[in-house]
Amino acid sequence: MSASSATIHQHEYPNGLVLVAEEMPSVRSAAFTLLLPAGAAYETAVELNLGGGAATMACEWIARGAGSRDSREVMEALDDLGVGHSESAQTIHASLSAATIGANLVPALEVFADMVIRPRLDDREVEPIRALCLQNLRSLEDDPASKVIYELRERHFPAPWGRPSPGSADDLARLSPADLRAFHQAAHRPNGAILGVAGAVDWPRLKDEVGRLFGDWASRPGLTLIERPSGPRIDHVHRETQQIQIAMALPAAPVGDADYYHARAAAAILGGYASARLFTEVREKRGLCYSVYASYEGQRERGAMLCHAGTSVERAQETLDVMLTELRRLAVEGVGAEELDTMRAGLKSSLLMAQESSMSRSSALAADWYFLGRVRPLVEISAALDALTAESVSDYARRFLTLDDLTILTLGPNPLKIRLPG
Amino acid sequence: MRFHQTTLDNGLEVIAELNDAAHSIAAGFFVKAGSRDEAADLAGVSHFLEHMMFKGTATRDSLAVNLDFDRVGAKHNAQTSEEDTFYHFTSLPEYLPKAFDVLADILRPTLREEDFETEKKVIIEEILMYMDNPMSVAYEAAKAAHFGGHPLGNSILGTVESITALKADRMRGYFDSLYSPSNIVLGFAGKGDWDELVKLAASHCGAWAGAGAPARLAEPVRGARAFQSILREEDQQETIVGVGDGPPLESEDRYAAHLLATILGDHASSRLYWTLIDPGCADGAELSYQDYNQAGGFYTFLSCEPDEAQANLERIGEVYRQAMAEGVSDQELARAKNKVLSRSVLRSERPMGRLGTLGFNWVYRREYQSLEREMEAFSNVSAEQIRRLLNEWPLWPMTITAVGPTTDLHAPE
Repeated sequence: MSASSATIHQHEYPNGLVLVAEEMPSVRSAAFTLLLPAGAAYETAVELNLGGGAATMACEWIARGAGSRDSREVMEALDDLGVGHSESAQTIHASLSAATIGANLVPALEVFADMVIRPRLDDREVEPIRALCLQNLRSLEDDPASKVIYELRERHFPAPWGRPSPGSADDLARLSPADLRAFHQAAHRPNGAILGVAGAVDWPRLKDEVGRLFGDWASRPGLTLIERPSGPRIDHVHRETQQIQIAMALPAAPVGDADYYHARAAAAILGGYASARLFTEVREKRGLCYSVYASYEGQRERGAMLCHAGTSVERAQETLDVMLTELRRLAVEGVGAEELDTMRAGLKSSLLMAQESSMSRSSALAADWYFLGRVRPLVEISAALDALTAESVSDYARRFLTLDDLTILTLGPNPLKIRLPG
Repeated sequence: MRFHQTTLDNGLEVIAELNDAAHSIAAGFFVKAGSRDEAADLAGVSHFLEHMMFKGTATRDSLAVNLDFDRVGAKHNAQTSEEDTFYHFTSLPEYLPKAFDVLADILRPTLREEDFETEKKVIIEEILMYMDNPMSVAYEAAKAAHFGGHPLGNSILGTVESITALKADRMRGYFDSLYSPSNIVLGFAGKGDWDELVKLAASHCGAWAGAGAPARLAEPVRGARAFQSILREEDQQETIVGVGDGPPLESEDRYAAHLLATILGDHASSRLYWTLIDPGCADGAELSYQDYNQAGGFYTFLSCEPDEAQANLERIGEVYRQAMAEGVSDQELARAKNKVLSRSVLRSERPMGRLGTLGFNWVYRREYQSLEREMEAFSNVSAEQIRRLLNEWPLWPMTITAVGPTTDLHAPE
């Protein structure tokens, strides 16, 4: 693996905002990802105790008029700069991201600084936002493959770490402008916020401009979250669909852990690509489904391996049985040297190819900082992947993959029998 | 950027846009074969065949195909549309020969009976998956209604019945007729050496035989402007797809059509956005332009509460009628150009983002379109041209298909 030609910089401003940037010599674009500690989990903060959906509504609200611009002028200003952008809340963060040509990056950041520091928060926008969020929630009900993952995460992670950002209809109906203002005031803060920037940028200028634009953003006290048990571990959601959705989760090592790369390797070998075990056994050999995969989700204190398949009623039981057998086989027999090499080739290629996308680099920078308080250079990741052995990944699988820890959720016309292989 | 082109002795055309600054190279075969090329009793064969291509060759079974791509970290996939099947991968430049060895190999598949029956089950699962997606159901039904008996109305996936009835020997016949080298373009984009690529193409594809493919009829078509609503009691939202006619891909008006769709129906800050999404009347309202061989379509997508569906259709009608009467402003046009140009630049930074444009331009127009040329074409569109476009291809009335919990809907005035 060749060394990266990119240069990574970082700076923390007095208000706590962290800027992490990477100059990418081969692109004309620049992108940023601003992570705010304002995801759905913070709705449950002791200081706030708000209903589900507040994070999403607040995130939508700040884009509807900020600084000297009304809602339409904000969008038009971004259009004029050719900025593609999205604002959304997930479980842990609210994420504001944008990409444009390099020369327009700082003007785009000016618009976003208004959104973040000087949103108008006009009460008249709240009812349209509520209507929009309620409809998004209904559309999610019509999308079984997405719905089942939200429901699985909520059951698997201890609350509030799996809390779904779309919220619930009852809560959305009740949230008042005062609630949303309280959420915004407490959670949209610079201490705990991370701005990742990548692409055609000039570091000294960027550092000064971000300081100028975000310097007067006042820090706030942190919020207190209390962890609570979740569940149930085995559950079924009834829907009259064509297919049954099968979703499973198992604990995995967190991102900062010494076992992190083991966790990534185990999930990838199980279901990360076409020659991985789930695709091979469930789809290629048996023709049981169209879509089946496993993936890794990391948080600071915990991680998870998530598995998903969607298949028709008459094939669902066999699909679930084969998936469980494969989980068991991974836990008991571990992995082989050859499949480990395949996994490594895939992850390394993805890493190097991400060098062609300022957007994916900006989000990787921000995420690394959140998890580790630093950015891992490509050579470090590459060396860590090289250090994995079949024995070390197998040992991880034996330690971490206990089928008794599984959370299993099905969604469809009927539940399935959970038969854990002995 | 350097563009190269050659034709092998067997008729396979090879093109490449090479860029030393790239970190990867993308390669793809563009086969001019899609659902519009299917006879009625072969519905879904193009897409089913796309799956079967990965199921094995003279030297590899399906597991070896997947493994040989994955071993070198190549990101591979394929797509079938109404008129093309596109097989592609992206890899690091040093692994190109190994990944290309697999991609070229699968273009000459064995199409074994046993694999055919296993994969048939996967295709049926894919059809069922899309049946659980209201937008897919509405889109398929709207296309069928709009294009009527014209082959562009054919379903890409086919139906559970057509796939169940399909026989492997019919698929082999379809393959023999459409996968001849003269009906395929091989494209590369990214970091590579042209002489090496030509050698690679010749050694892997030079022996491919096949008579010339039958010429596609590609009759022009004007849509039905029909209205239908399909009951899906379990759905929460009403999902609506509208289809209007647009300029074909052969027309220079395609740039204006794309900009018009951006102004009226981009997902962010378009006229539909301000009319429907911003006030909370709908959670999805977009207009997009799709060009086809000798045909084109403006597709409207709407997702909203069933009770609001009729009113929202009227609102969309008003947006379109107003555009037809008054055109668009220079300022709106300038903004749309900014959006489109910026997206082009961003997409083009990845070789895979260039490969599709490069290949389809060559298949249908025998023309190399550099990013600069594309940007210039968008920049040159005037508000006057958009006004003419709207005269020639009125957006309203359109074919409308609604699916969801209510059928208490009618075609707006």
